[in-house]
Amino acid sequence: MSAPASSMFTPAARAVAARLGLKPGRPNLEEFADSLQALAAADRNLVAVTSDSRGSGKLAPFGRALPAQLVEVGIAEQNLVGITAGLAACGKKAFGVSPACFLTARALEQIKNDLCYSNVPGVVVGISAGVSYGALGSTHHSLHDLAALRAIPNLTVIAPADNFETREAIRYAARATRPVYVRFGKAALFDLHGPTAAFEAGRAITLRGGRDVALLATGETVVHALLAAAHLEDRGVAARVVSLHTVKPLDRPAVLTAGRECRALLTVEEHSVNGGLGEAVASTLLQAGLHPAFRIVGFPDEDTVTGSQADLFRHYGISMEGLAETARQLLGD
Amino acid sequence: MTDHELSLQATILRRRLLRLIHHAGAGHTGGGLSCLDILNVLYHRVLRVSPATAADPGRDRYVQSKGHCVEALYTVLADCGFFPDAALDTVGEYQSPFVGHPTRKTPGVEMNTGALGHGLPISLGMAMAAKLDSAPYRVFTLLGDGELAEGSNWEAAMAASHYRLDNLAAVLDHNSLQITGPTREVMSNEPLGDKWRAFGWEVRTVDGHDYAQLTGALAAPAAGKPLFVIANTVKGKGVSFMENVGSWHHRVPSDGELAQALAELSATEQSLREAAG
Repeated sequence: MSAPASSMFTPAARAVAARLGLKPGRPNLEEFADSLQALAAADRNLVAVTSDSRGSGKLAPFGRALPAQLVEVGIAEQNLVGITAGLAACGKKAFGVSPACFLTARALEQIKNDLCYSNVPGVVVGISAGVSYGALGSTHHSLHDLAALRAIPNLTVIAPADNFETREAIRYAARATRPVYVRFGKAALFDLHGPTAAFEAGRAITLRGGRDVALLATGETVVHALLAAAHLEDRGVAARVVSLHTVKPLDRPAVLTAGRECRALLTVEEHSVNGGLGEAVASTLLQAGLHPAFRIVGFPDEDTVTGSQADLFRHYGISMEGLAETARQLLGD
Repeated sequence: MTDHELSLQATILRRRLLRLIHHAGAGHTGGGLSCLDILNVLYHRVLRVSPATAADPGRDRYVQSKGHCVEALYTVLADCGFFPDAALDTVGEYQSPFVGHPTRKTPGVEMNTGALGHGLPISLGMAMAAKLDSAPYRVFTLLGDGELAEGSNWEAAMAASHYRLDNLAAVLDHNSLQITGPTREVMSNEPLGDKWRAFGWEVRTVDGHDYAQLTGALAAPAAGKPLFVIANTVKGKGVSFMENVGSWHHRVPSDGELAQALAELSATEQSLREAAG
C-alpha cells in the first residue's frame, strides 16, 4: 500500500486526515487493475482492450495471467473504441482502457457513435484522468471529458473518489447493460468510506452532514472536500460533503436537498469549470428555482500552468486550505 | 437464386430504391445503385442470417460502414423479409424507426453507422469476438472510396492482419466517385490492391455488378488473413443518365426523372427475361 503523495497534502491536511481516521489508500489505477483482473478471472467473457496502455493501465499482470482476454490494438484509440464496441455487440464484456486524454478526445466520435448511439454495453476506462500527468502538459490532461461525455445519450459517466468507489464502479460497469465511462487517476490518496458504505451508480454518497455549506465533489477531489469540511468545523462552519461519483446521470435529489438545506454550495472537480459537474449542479439547482450562494471550483478557461498534479491542485484551490477558504468567502465570513 | 434470377431481382430492387428516395425526398442515389448488387449477393447468397436468425449469436454479421447508402440496405432487408416493404414509405419521417443512416431500430441492422471510418474497427471487434468464442461466424463490412481517407480504416487494416482475422471481409464499393468528384482528384486511394496487400490482406478484385464474380470472391474466406474485395462498380448503375455522374451522389430524382429511370429498369428486366427465353 503506497502512502498518499506527500506533496498532495500539507502537514496540516495530513493531520486532519489522521484525526478523521482516514486510512491511506492505494492508487485507484491499481484498484481498477486488480478489480478488473478478478472479474475477468471469474468470467471468461470479459475482455480488456488496450492501446499500448497495459503498462500505464497496470494491466501487465492481467495480460500475463489471462492472455486470451487481453486484446492489444497498438497506439490507435479510434480502433480501440470501435473494437470495444464490436466486441460488446457480440456479447463480450469489453473494457477499452486508455489514457483519458486520448480516449475521450481522439476517439470521441467512436464513443458517441459506436458505443453510445448503437447503445452496446461496452466500457471505456479513462486512466490517468484530469491532470494526473501533471507537468507533461495539456496534451496529456483530460479536463474536457466530463463536459463532452455529459452530452452523449445512453452513457453513464463515473469518476470514483477512492478505492472503494473505483472497485464498485468497475463491478457496476461489468454488469451494466449500457455503455459506461469510468475515469480516475494514479495517485495514492486516502480511503474515504467505512465498511458499511454502499455504492449505486447514479446515487450520491453523503460523507459528512452539515447545513452551512455543501461541498459537492466528484472523483479524486472528494478527499480534499472532506478534509476542508473538517477544517471548517474547527472554525465553526458545518459543511456537508457529498461524493457525486456519478456525474451522469446526476443524483438530482441529493443536489436539490443540499440546495434547499445549505446556505452555500461549492462544487469541486478535476475538470474544466466549463461543462462539468459544477455546471450540471448549477443547472439542476436553477431549474428547480434554487439559488444558494454558489461557486464552481475546477480548472479555469485558460492554459494550465506547469506543475505536478499536486502543484496544479494547490494552484487552482483544490486543497483542504483552498476549499475551506473559498467556502468561507462564499459564506461571507 | 441463380445469377439470372438475382439480376432480375436487382432491376426490381433498383426501382424500389429509387421510389423510396423519391418518396422520402432525400437519399444517396448514386452510391445506393452502385452497391446494390453487392448487398444482393451478400444477403441472398453469402450471409448466414435471416429474419428467423437475426438474434442468433452464431449469425454472420454485416456492418454497413458507408452508412449513407442506407436506402440500398433497407431495400434488400425488406426483400429478405426483415420488415414489411410498406415500412420503406416511412424512411426519414417524423418518429420513424427508419433513419437516414443505419440504426439498430431497424430489424436486421447490426450497428448504427453514418460517420465514415467506423465500420471496419467495429467489424474487427466482432470478428475478434467470434475468434475468442471459437464461433464460426463471419463478419462483413462495406466501405466507400472516399471513406478510405479516414485514418481509422488504416488502424483497423493493421490490426486485422496482425490478428489474422480470416473471418473478416471488407468490400469496397469502388465506384471511384465521391461527393466532390473523382476520388483520384479529391484524395487518391490508388494503388488500392497494393496498399491492402501491403497491410497483410488477401485482395480479390471483381466486377461489382457480376453475380458470379461477387459470389466467388465473397463465398470463401482467405486462409489466415482478412479479405479485401475491390468491387469495381458504376455509381448510379442501371440508369443511363445517372451512371458515373457525380451530382447523383445525393440528388433526388424529379417525378419525370423517376418515371424515366423506372422505365429504363423495366426495359432492362424485360430484356433479361427475353434473353433467358
